[in-house]
Amino acid sequence: MIDPSVFQLVCFYAFAAVTVIAALSVITLRNSVQAVLSLVLAFFSTACIWMLAEAEFLAIALIVVYVGAVMVLFLFVVMMLDIDQEKLREGFVKYLPVGLIVAVVMLVEMLGLIGVRVMHTQTMGVNPATAAGMSNTAWLGMALYTQYLLPFEVAALILTVGVIAAVALTLRQRTGVRHQQASEQVAVKASDRVRIIKMAAERPVDSQPASAQESKS
Amino acid sequence: MPNLNDILITLPEFYLVAAACVLLLADAFLPAAKRVWIHWLSILVLVVAAYLVVKGQPAGSVTAFNGSFIRDGVAEILKVFALLSTILVFIYARPYLIDRKLFVGEFYTLTIFAVIGVMLLVSAGSLVMVYLGLELLTLSSYALVALNRDSKLSSEAAIKYFVLGALASGMLLYGMSMVYGATGTLDLVQLHQAIPQSTMPHLLVFGLIFMIIGIAFKLGAAPFHMWIPDVYQGAPTAVTAFIGSAPKLAAFGMAFRLLETGMGDYSQHWQLMLAVLAVLSLAIGNLVAIVQTNLKRLLAYSTISHMGYLLLGLVNAGPEGYSAAMFYAVSYALMSTAAFGVIIALSRAGFECEEIDDFKGLNQRSPWMAFLMMLALFSLAGVPPMFGFFAKLLVLQAAIHAGMMWLAIVGAVFAIIGLYYYLHVVKVMYFDKPVEGTEVRLQSDFTLRLALSLNALVLLALGLYWGPLLSWCKQAFVG
Repeated sequence: MIDPSVFQLVCFYAFAAVTVIAALSVITLRNSVQAVLSLVLAFFSTACIWMLAEAEFLAIALIVVYVGAVMVLFLFVVMMLDIDQEKLREGFVKYLPVGLIVAVVMLVEMLGLIGVRVMHTQTMGVNPATAAGMSNTAWLGMALYTQYLLPFEVAALILTVGVIAAVALTLRQRTGVRHQQASEQVAVKASDRVRIIKMAAERPVDSQPASAQESKS
Repeated sequence: MPNLNDILITLPEFYLVAAACVLLLADAFLPAAKRVWIHWLSILVLVVAAYLVVKGQPAGSVTAFNGSFIRDGVAEILKVFALLSTILVFIYARPYLIDRKLFVGEFYTLTIFAVIGVMLLVSAGSLVMVYLGLELLTLSSYALVALNRDSKLSSEAAIKYFVLGALASGMLLYGMSMVYGATGTLDLVQLHQAIPQSTMPHLLVFGLIFMIIGIAFKLGAAPFHMWIPDVYQGAPTAVTAFIGSAPKLAAFGMAFRLLETGMGDYSQHWQLMLAVLAVLSLAIGNLVAIVQTNLKRLLAYSTISHMGYLLLGLVNAGPEGYSAAMFYAVSYALMSTAAFGVIIALSRAGFECEEIDDFKGLNQRSPWMAFLMMLALFSLAGVPPMFGFFAKLLVLQAAIHAGMMWLAIVGAVFAIIGLYYYLHVVKVMYFDKPVEGTEVRLQSDFTLRLALSLNALVLLALGLYWGPLLSWCKQAFVG
């Protein structure tokens, strides 16, 4: 029988490793579609880590919003881009070893300074949701609308600014564009479109072919 | 639980948000001929906001929304001057925008949202609020820089600003996450209390370094200054005038909140880091400015050096240093709006008047404008008895009192080097012969000329009579 806490630790390291590898491949893969797919994997394994931390709502939101909506949109955009693969490869191999060395040295230095041991001493804190005796989602809602109300509202402001900026930078009011006007189309009456004129039932035969010939010559 | 009292404390911000939304709708529904009302309404909105800030100022420091928001003397001064400099920018911007067919309501709404960001940032009581206020400010700024979307230079500047800004925000967040990991709190005041008991001092220092990188980027201190010259040059001058004023006050506020309110106990760690940033900024800013031929670019490099002086004040890490640095930030905001105001006043559609050569013989063509520009440049250079002189004096004094004599000497030496390029522009204006074909046609807008004259004369007046402002700044850091 495996101890649940050990199992949890193993799961955490597995998910964390997948996250890091996926994040690395986002920036190293040359094919941008593959890079987006790795980002999806990175998000997914992050969601798994959050699940381990009993933050179910955040985990589900990450998958539904980011993986489901944002990343699919990203994929569409990336697939539509006409990227010259050859150009991207230039310089990549040349700089890769240097970049890797710098990254590894930085990682070793940081681990050396902060210490791996420290990370084990800090266990996950008391889950405030279980402490308050409610579900994670309910607790999150409570915290968001009471303790963190102001940051929540400011985040909404930032989104508003994003909308205003997008409109200000891309909307071009062109003149002379022909629009459909649905209301006019619906309100149209037969008398506006169809004109009934009285005509003689039979057209008198005249010398039309002759005149046409004349005009041609 | 948030209650009415919380809203009363944050009233100026809430009011500005509501007003910005009303302006946004008004712009959409006003007929084209009446669009100019947006301009006057925006100025009115900001004046009322400044009134609310001063009028509702409580004695001492109060917090709202569970400590997310701090309203104290520091926030009050920074907010008042941020609003004031934005009003000046609006007045300068109108003829500029109309001339270039850039007069859109979005300029005003985005700027007001940026000012809300400034106000939230300087009042931030938690790491989350610092980040969100900063994002609100910078996101609006990116859009403002790109407002002239048909200009390649503007778009390039905006993209550079956006990419580097995103990187800096990432660094800041990374640092914040480490600090949170080490202390388990986001609240700056609780953070301050939690730091001595933390079992992970190394992690805290790491977080501190990343946060300082974020601050240095937002200040535009070397070596995180790369975006400044391109953005200053590429943005429409009216937007540059804004970016050079209120956001600098915000950056000071952010540095103060993060470093003093939050990480005050670690001042021995960050003092030296800031000192290095200050020396680099002074050197790069002043030396590179000498070879510039574009006035906007020159002012951009001068900004970098000014941020170096501001850091000299912060290095002190005591009330004296903070008040000196805040005094400096205020003086810089007023000086830079005046300098960009003159550039706007002399430019017209098709002629940006941003090369130094365009200023040749300005004295013969418009002695008053030349005089105003001279006041602004002398103040930037720190020539007595201008405002900028006392600001420089105070930060140098603060550095000496912090026991960093060498730093003060470096500051003084670079002040003299900096004098050269400011005086060069003055020489060009007063002693060079005007170039044929670059006639100066002054903007005939009356409010612009009046506001610009007042702005430049205030630099002289505050240089002669700086006591009240300084004691106001000092008062903010007492207790």
